[in-house]
Amino acid sequence: MPTLKGIDLECMRGDRVLFSGLGFTLEAGGLMQVQGPNGSGKTSLLRMLCGLARPAQGEIRWNGTEIRTLGGEYYGAMTYLGHLGGIKDDLTAVENLRISSLMGGAAVGLREAWDALRRIGLEGRELLPGRVLSQGQRRRVTLARLLVCETILWILDEPLTALDAAAVKLMQGLMESHLARGGMIVMTTHQDIDIAAPAVQRLQLA
Amino acid sequence: MLLHIIRRDLLLAMRRRSDVLTTLFFFVIVVSLFPLGVGPEMNMLRTMAPGVVWVAALLASMLSLGRMFAGDYQDGTLEQMLLSPEPLYLIVMGKALAHWLVTGVPLVLMAPVLGIQYDLPADALLVLAASLLLGTPVLSLIGAIGAALTLGLRGGGVLVSLLVLPLYIPVLIFGAGAVEASAAGLGAQAHMSLLGAFLLLSLVLAPWSTALSLRISME
Repeated sequence: MPTLKGIDLECMRGDRVLFSGLGFTLEAGGLMQVQGPNGSGKTSLLRMLCGLARPAQGEIRWNGTEIRTLGGEYYGAMTYLGHLGGIKDDLTAVENLRISSLMGGAAVGLREAWDALRRIGLEGRELLPGRVLSQGQRRRVTLARLLVCETILWILDEPLTALDAAAVKLMQGLMESHLARGGMIVMTTHQDIDIAAPAVQRLQLA
Repeated sequence: MLLHIIRRDLLLAMRRRSDVLTTLFFFVIVVSLFPLGVGPEMNMLRTMAPGVVWVAALLASMLSLGRMFAGDYQDGTLEQMLLSPEPLYLIVMGKALAHWLVTGVPLVLMAPVLGIQYDLPADALLVLAASLLLGTPVLSLIGAIGAALTLGLRGGGVLVSLLVLPLYIPVLIFGAGAVEASAAGLGAQAHMSLLGAFLLLSLVLAPWSTALSLRISME
């Protein structure tokens, strides 16, 4: 059973402590919603969880091993979608999706990529370069990665920003089916969203 | 992965051709200014040609270093690269090699043409191109370290030249030295071997330290 465990985490910004003594355990099928006002360290926490930032104190363990010692093995089990979507202005939607999936460790065929874009609601926009896509459409290209990846743990930073109601519903369904399959999600959001999951926990940052 | 990254960066360069052309034109113009400024004294031009061409190549290659990671940093692709299950070492090597293909190879091809302005003999032109062929990948590989270290810093462009130019000096000395030696009839083999050694050494060490610098810059 895969588990993600945070032990006594502390985050510093300059000499200000954003949070300390933070602990949690996330198991298969679990959803963790990180909540808190702007500047409370939500993004910092997510960056720690995916291994981009180092906690000032404490440890993050994946299946009992510190994530930094796992390295590639952990990255192969995890998908992180941050504030910045990683969409290249000069590449088309299909190219963006295929290249970012490839870097995430999953080679995606052309047909599969077109199919994923159609399912995320970008039919007819597959060959448009990133620069002419709207904010919400760019977000959808980023989120399309979730359709083609086979990772267990999703770490999503504000995945619903700039999405319209239909897309939010789509994402909700996508996350629910991922959790039902035994996946895990850590996410931040300011929107009210009810996701049915075997185990939901809320992590409140001051 | 290496090939995929190279292909991606070449594709991006193709879509944004002006960046490639600026580097090449900078090189052409700098090299062409010297004969105009110094005057048409053949002997003097012949002696200074290797140094001038090589210095111009260093500056031209440095001109585009800032762009190596900046775009990927701004749109979040770099985060994905750091979180890739593929070794970051290979990704970084792919980016450095793509940088060389885009900025270094045009210089190698252009150098013999520019060398004619300096009245270099045919065999010296050949050595010049060969020395650049061995030397310019070293410039891209070492430059990647500097670009990674100064990522996201204000005024990173100036800092990168201060960091990287001193490291370019050995390549400059032996690159220009190869052409001089061949013009003097000594044979360029020793210089070329050393350039080859630099290339192998930087091919092994530079991507590794660039990957390390990227992780530090992104924290």
